[in-house]
Amino acid sequence: MRRIPGVTVPARGGMAVLKPFDVHRHVPDGYVMTRWLASLPWWSPFLVLSVMAIWPQIPLAQGRYGTGEAFGALWRWMPFLIKSGFLFNVLISVLAMAIGTVAGAMLGLAQISLYRPVRVFAWFFTQLFRNSPWLVLLFIVLLAFPFEVTLFGASVRIPDWVKGVFGLSLPIMANISEVVRGAVLSVPSAQWEAAESLAFTRRQVLWQVILPQCYKRMLPPWMNWYAILAMATPLCSLLGIEELITLSRQAMEAEDNHPELLVPFFGFALLLFFIYCYPIARWTIHLERKFAVKL
Amino acid sequence: MTWTADQPIVSIQDVHKSFGDLEVLKGVSLQVMKGEVICIIGPSGSGKSTLIRCVNGLNDIQSGSITVLGQEVHDPKLDKLELRKKVGMVFQQYNLFPHKTALENVMMAPVLVLKQNKREVEGRARALMAKVRLHGKEGSYPGELSGGQQQRVAIARSLAMNPDVMLFDEVTAALDPETVKEVLVTIRELAEEGMTCILVTHEMGFAREVADHIYFTDRGVIVEHGPPATFFEEASDPRTREFLSQIL
Ligand SMILES: Nc1ncnc2c1ncn2[C@@H]1O[C@H](COP(=O)(O)OP(=O)(O)OP(=O)(O)O)[C@@H](O)[C@H]1O
Ligand SMILES: [Mg+2]
Repeated sequence: MRRIPGVTVPARGGMAVLKPFDVHRHVPDGYVMTRWLASLPWWSPFLVLSVMAIWPQIPLAQGRYGTGEAFGALWRWMPFLIKSGFLFNVLISVLAMAIGTVAGAMLGLAQISLYRPVRVFAWFFTQLFRNSPWLVLLFIVLLAFPFEVTLFGASVRIPDWVKGVFGLSLPIMANISEVVRGAVLSVPSAQWEAAESLAFTRRQVLWQVILPQCYKRMLPPWMNWYAILAMATPLCSLLGIEELITLSRQAMEAEDNHPELLVPFFGFALLLFFIYCYPIARWTIHLERKFAVKL
Repeated sequence: MTWTADQPIVSIQDVHKSFGDLEVLKGVSLQVMKGEVICIIGPSGSGKSTLIRCVNGLNDIQSGSITVLGQEVHDPKLDKLELRKKVGMVFQQYNLFPHKTALENVMMAPVLVLKQNKREVEGRARALMAKVRLHGKEGSYPGELSGGQQQRVAIARSLAMNPDVMLFDEVTAALDPETVKEVLVTIRELAEEGMTCILVTHEMGFAREVADHIYFTDRGVIVEHGPPATFFEEASDPRTREFLSQIL
């Protein structure tokens, strides 16, 4: 094999003949981010912390406002950032995941419908939302949805964060739709035939035989999408929704916008997301490996 | 048209079947009377599986006719589900439902499809498990059973529907030589009880013993057929002779 500098994976020891080309190592499969996250050592946040601690000293050492003051400010704001900020991100991600899962399951089942128009329609929606940038979907929902709706004669204002939840649930829906379709297709056709020869209707085959075998296979990719979604919630700050990043910026403003604040505050946000998503990623990859061996 | 016992329970007339350009069945005809056991033998790829899958409508056909209990299988108006309630099928790879226990596998179809009372079905399912000599394995999942045990659960699962005809597609081909016997014993008992069976098999000794009639297929046609005694002694076609000489 010709080596392209910087592109080809460096040759490893051992005889190449005995190591067949492993496609899964080279083709992205939707787990790229989760796999990377799970591969980080548990102490990597401490590395980030130490960088945070020394970073501002170098370029800004002459300023009177030092690292100590910046961390003091962070310490004061911390409870607020966690309770009003990060927990709100978690809430947004949980709600978007719930909506996306229910809608995605329906869309995924529509993708394997016997009726061609339904199938084509579901396929189209899946591809559309799966391949659109998340931020674009968020803005479309924010701008296209009405400010308020009339419920039982009373007009109710829809808060922006609800729109954010809907916006984020769209790509999740599309990706879960693909997860469902893929899981159904991964069940051997012999299972369909065995059930059909026992006079099961199509609906019975699907709900009693095929789908129960899918739940386990769907768990790792489902968790994978949750980790990705949780890390994508700061996108909401661009819509002005008051989640962690927005509140961090407001807090820094309240502290007179010293440049020394940037690294501690955003480093802290990074840390929170790491603490939340890292176990999910580890568990996802663990389950993915376990099921891949057993199935 | 109503079926009476003096007519063939399964009748296959001049059936043609192609997958794309590949013609797999080129005019196959055979008849099975109630209570008869027929064996289909022949080289790999000759269309044996394709033929019996046509009988319960898993495959469609291009021309010809297949009737089961007087009903045309490939009549578009026919309710396939009604047909499949009368025809049981056992596969080479068992194809049990891995997320259900052995007993649940047996009970599923009568409860869901025939809407029979669950209690009553359970009693029958337990009796069937005993009949296939799997007493005590009711709570095991397919993954915890040997190939031979799984195959016997699969037979019990089909029998639970009280079918009129049973189709067996090389049901011992995936098994170890020791476990083949336990499955064959089960099938022989069924045959002796008068179940109509269509078997695709490579077990010549078994075919000779249980079959009322043997059909030899090669490249999509039935080359030769007859009762076992005459078939094995007097087969005249060179293709049959060659096949038998390789197998026996
Ligand atoms: N679904 C299918 N699509 C295309 N070709 C098929 C399909 N099923 C079977 N065939 C082809 O039809 C021919 C007959 O297959 P069939 O499975 O009926 O043979 P067989 O006699 O059962 O062989 P074996 O003893 O190996 O099971 C083969 O050439 C096979 O490749
Ligand atoms: Mg076959």
